[in-house]
Amino acid sequence: MAVDSPVAQLIRAHRLRPIELLPWVVAAAAYFLASGYLPLGSQIMIMILFALSLDLVLGYAGIVTLGQAAFFGVGAYAAGIYSVHVSGEPLSGLIVGAAAAAIVGVVSGAIILRTSGLTLLMLTLAITSLLEAAANDATAITGGNDGLQGVAINPVLGLFDFDLYGRTAYLYCLAVLFIAWLFVRRLVHSPFGQSLVGIRENAVRMHAIGTPVRHRLLTAYTISAALAGVAGALLTQTTQFVGLTVLSFERSGEIVIMLVLGGTGRIYGAFLGAAIYMIAQDQLAEADPVFWDFWIGLLLVLIVLFARGGILGLMDRLLSMVPRRR
Amino acid sequence: MEAIVSILFLGLAYAMILYLISVGLSVTMGLMGFINLAHGVFAMAGGYITVTLMNRCGVSFGVALLVACVGVALLSIVLERCLYARLYGAGELEQVLFTIGLVFMAVAVVRKIWGPLPQPITVPPVLNGQINLGFRSFPTYRTFLIAVGLVLTLALWLGIERTNFGARLRAAVDNRRMAESLGINTGQLFTLSFALGSGLAALGGGLGADILAIDPGYAMEYLVYFLMVVAVGGLGSIRGPFVAALLLGIGDTACKYLVPQLGAFFIYLAMIALLLWRPAGLFGRS
Repeated sequence: MAVDSPVAQLIRAHRLRPIELLPWVVAAAAYFLASGYLPLGSQIMIMILFALSLDLVLGYAGIVTLGQAAFFGVGAYAAGIYSVHVSGEPLSGLIVGAAAAAIVGVVSGAIILRTSGLTLLMLTLAITSLLEAAANDATAITGGNDGLQGVAINPVLGLFDFDLYGRTAYLYCLAVLFIAWLFVRRLVHSPFGQSLVGIRENAVRMHAIGTPVRHRLLTAYTISAALAGVAGALLTQTTQFVGLTVLSFERSGEIVIMLVLGGTGRIYGAFLGAAIYMIAQDQLAEADPVFWDFWIGLLLVLIVLFARGGILGLMDRLLSMVPRRR
Repeated sequence: MEAIVSILFLGLAYAMILYLISVGLSVTMGLMGFINLAHGVFAMAGGYITVTLMNRCGVSFGVALLVACVGVALLSIVLERCLYARLYGAGELEQVLFTIGLVFMAVAVVRKIWGPLPQPITVPPVLNGQINLGFRSFPTYRTFLIAVGLVLTLALWLGIERTNFGARLRAAVDNRRMAESLGINTGQLFTLSFALGSGLAALGGGLGADILAIDPGYAMEYLVYFLMVVAVGGLGSIRGPFVAALLLGIGDTACKYLVPQLGAFFIYLAMIALLLWRPAGLFGRS
């Protein structure tokens, strides 16, 4: 088989490269070296998971959505309500969050994926706003504007109690993110993942060669919703609170910004973008939030004008300029 | 009966403002397929210019509105030529990100200069109080809004349907390639209609400053409403957004009046249903 045959390329892309272990080394090192920042670390990993879920639909399948917070929020509320009324067991809480978000994903996806362009964008926006309005009104179930109180989470596996310093929360998020990463990595390199890329590049042609386009998109949308639901559930469990902001338009927008900053259509864009955004926000936004908004806006404009593909796209371009030694 | 008249009247005034602001967006999207989420910024700029000229420089309402309208239109030409034009061929995601970036920057600048509080507007004394329209009296300011809105709508409709510029614009929206082949300079046409749309949005922002409060959240908060008018009305249409603005303005007012708790919920539900029934909007072509 020739070295550069398409099959060889696909296999090569799937093979684990040493640099892919870097995020996990960093995460492990941070646990020991930056113990004061563990709560921030948990938040970052939740956002990475959320960005990964968005990457599946936006980066791989090419569905432009401004409503990913719908699934994050549904997962967060489902996990919170489950812990208040049923059980504080965390792992089953994650599953409840994922299942609730997946149901919303499959129902809303079945309805809205028939449209495209502005209509699709508006529908994703409207569904999030609809859920936000519903959560605001249903005070008896969600706590409305005050947020859901009384979330109590049992020890993970009955062994590891959530401590004040966020150690358990950090490792718990890390473990969930690691499993999600394995899953997403397997998924995007599978024939299913490749067909999503095909649909993104040319839906009509994929249709012509026999791909069930609508069905594939709906599957991707549902999987992505479930992952976002897990991220939302993680937020509920680690902060023991659910507020209305989990369903806000700002949250949808913010996660798109994180993903685009890192680079869409590539797994590590979510890792890099979410980490940089969250750390920068932690350092800068406290001092001057107005300033922060301005720079984020400018950053978006600059990325679109000069650096489509985000930071990782830029790095690819820089690397390709360096002549490769044989 | 009294309640119905009130709702219709308040809804109509609201609808006029929504229409003035959104109609330019509809043309922009229809003509270039450009998803401009920053359109609300023009309305916000119009509102701030009007309010500031009146409150700090003592300029009269009419002059302030005129300055806002022309100023924003000129500014939008610069923006369109320097920035937007680079993105006409780009994908939806790029356009969405780019324009959201602009909104963020505009909001930050406005917050820095004017602070986070809403800017109060003092309408001229003539527009205060009530006006008697024969069968009952109505607030003068809102009556004035409705009158101005109707006049401008009529002027716009005549301009699009009866003038050479309008004919060229309609041709370009219908089939851009064909229009180009017939020698219509669609790029220039677009810049002009973009400026017109932005100017109208600024006018709407200034006129409606008492209904849609002028604060830094403006461009983001009402964006969904402007987009709704465009998406429900149908892209590239003049008539569609008018009907959509009426539906939204009166529907929203009615919901807030009759079911204050669930108002927002019903509006979104109605929009989802409408878009599923007609994905290209009421008057759009799919």
